[in-house]
Amino acid sequence: MALLEVNDLRTHFRTDDGIVKAVDGVSFEVEKGKTLGIVGESGCGKSVTCLTIMGLNNRRNTITSGNALFKGDDLITMKPGRLREIRGNDIAMIFQDPMTSLNPVHTIGRQLVEAIQLHRDVTRKQARARALELLKAVGIPRAERRIGDYPHQFSGGMRQRVMIAMALINDPDLLIADEPTTALDVTTQAQILELMNRLQREFGSAIIIITHDLGVVAETADDVVVMYAARVVEKAPVDSLFSRPHMPYTWGLLGSLPRLDTDTERLTQIPGQPPSLLNPPRGCRFNPRCPYVMSVCREKEPELLPISNDPMHLQACHLDEQTKDREAAKLLSGTMAEAS
Amino acid sequence: MYRYLIRRLLWAGVLFLAVTIVSYIIFFLVPAEPARLIAGPQAPPDQVERVRKQMGLDDPVIVQYGRFLGGMMPVSFNGGPHLKHPSLGRSYATRQPVTEIIKDAAPVTASLVFGGALLWMLIAVPVGILSALRPRSLLDRSAMVFVLIGISAHPVWIGLILIYFVGYKAGLTPLGGYCDMINPSTDCGGPMDWAHSLILPWITFAILFAALYVRMIRANVLEAMNEDYVRTARAKGAPEWLVMRSHVLRNAMLPVVTMLGMDIAIALGGAIFTETVFGLPGLGRSALQALEGFDLPAVMGIVVFATICVIVFNLFIDLLYAMIDPRIRLS
Repeated sequence: MALLEVNDLRTHFRTDDGIVKAVDGVSFEVEKGKTLGIVGESGCGKSVTCLTIMGLNNRRNTITSGNALFKGDDLITMKPGRLREIRGNDIAMIFQDPMTSLNPVHTIGRQLVEAIQLHRDVTRKQARARALELLKAVGIPRAERRIGDYPHQFSGGMRQRVMIAMALINDPDLLIADEPTTALDVTTQAQILELMNRLQREFGSAIIIITHDLGVVAETADDVVVMYAARVVEKAPVDSLFSRPHMPYTWGLLGSLPRLDTDTERLTQIPGQPPSLLNPPRGCRFNPRCPYVMSVCREKEPELLPISNDPMHLQACHLDEQTKDREAAKLLSGTMAEAS
Repeated sequence: MYRYLIRRLLWAGVLFLAVTIVSYIIFFLVPAEPARLIAGPQAPPDQVERVRKQMGLDDPVIVQYGRFLGGMMPVSFNGGPHLKHPSLGRSYATRQPVTEIIKDAAPVTASLVFGGALLWMLIAVPVGILSALRPRSLLDRSAMVFVLIGISAHPVWIGLILIYFVGYKAGLTPLGGYCDMINPSTDCGGPMDWAHSLILPWITFAILFAALYVRMIRANVLEAMNEDYVRTARAKGAPEWLVMRSHVLRNAMLPVVTMLGMDIAIALGGAIFTETVFGLPGLGRSALQALEGFDLPAVMGIVVFATICVIVFNLFIDLLYAMIDPRIRLS
């Protein structure tokens, strides 16, 4: 049994303009100790998917359906009290912006101790010792002194390390990292990813990493889910996705990676805008932007189906396989060197 | 820290000089003759002239201002330096030392202002928080109607309405006047009578600020609830009461502390209305009476005292703020 099994998850928000279908039938699994990458443009529903799993959406205007089985228990229908016991203990989360994710009026020590004492019956002293141990593990220099400092006394990279320490402090089985490196500069990004990889080996946690950066996925993930407009459009083991991408949207993402081997001044981009989730396009949601669009794409939404000779690789596209293989090969002749 | 304090105190001195100079100049620009007022309307011109000489009112403004400043110093250099009681002069109208007028009036105003501030916080904090927790609920909407009324209605009108209905019609409270808490000089006195006589003034005084604070606290709490660190706290598995207490309210109340410091100072000015309506012998009413009688020493004394209060209060709030917000360091 997978550690986390998400089936047909839907999260709809009631707004003044109508119902925004932010997540619309998403399914995936996370295996114990493995890393799942969720990739997609801003606003495609990656973050909302994870906030829904954590039960962190504003309940007032949210309609949720489907299920998310964590060790067999459904997180979506679970009682709030039970979910609270799981949050921060079995499932922990790291957020995008470390500058605002820590409470400015409490010392980081106090915030770490709080995270432990919410779930463990330990003394303040024991909790503090554990906090110190984690701060050292995530590479905060002079941790003994810095544990009494306030968040504003740390740099962005250091704050993200503190966030990671806080997430791992109770040995969670699953760590959800929502764009953990987006707000950081490139060298710090690499350090944080390296740190997460190392800690995963040490702590054995499974990780869901949400990102729009395929480079991050290539570096960290075992499996990849590509989301577009609130839906999963491709799902595959990381090698298979990068060697045989099967969906024009994924090609677009791969094609827009910066490349060093060509002289083009501008980055390649996917033309057009992501569709409104209030009124998604009929048929395939990518059809208005797809260079390979056919008339069937405007009528019928493609199903998420395995490709021939690889049952682990699912994709949702009407194009025939020969065209896909040909186009993917053309695209990859240059890009793979950069992406992996 | 010490450098900060010294700099603040120096600035306080500059502010103090500026306020007193402006008050002095305004007073001398007004075409009134204090000597005539002191000598009385029937006094012959030579007597008025004598009073003017005696009081030093014929000296240039700058000399009079210097004499006023000198009087406030705790040291005198007349016939060798020696310590003396700082003096603000005597009232033209009553010949009473101004310090005594202030000593009598200040406790009344302090009772009104601090009691009022306590009342407006007791109203605003729970209502503001509950409105933020249940936006668009019946409570929230009623609170917003109260805010609108509180901000629009003038304290004089509120005061008169309260006196008429609560004091006169229902007979629940005195119609006006003040009862001393500690040393009763009139027939009423003691803490109970003191509070009883101040209930309506407190309510009148507090309504405007309670309204402003409900709105401010509601907005702050709503904003703080959407902060990323609040989401972090929930993601840690913190129960909702802990999220509110330790993460939302702690941050939402920081700006309220600053505002409270400034508003209590502003409220000193607003006290004039309330004191007048309820006949409370406080600083506001004393200042108003002194102004009507062109009683310069009394006016100056009250201005000086109020200025000192505002300066000290602001300094206190700044120090308090540095204590509760770790991002602020006094340097």
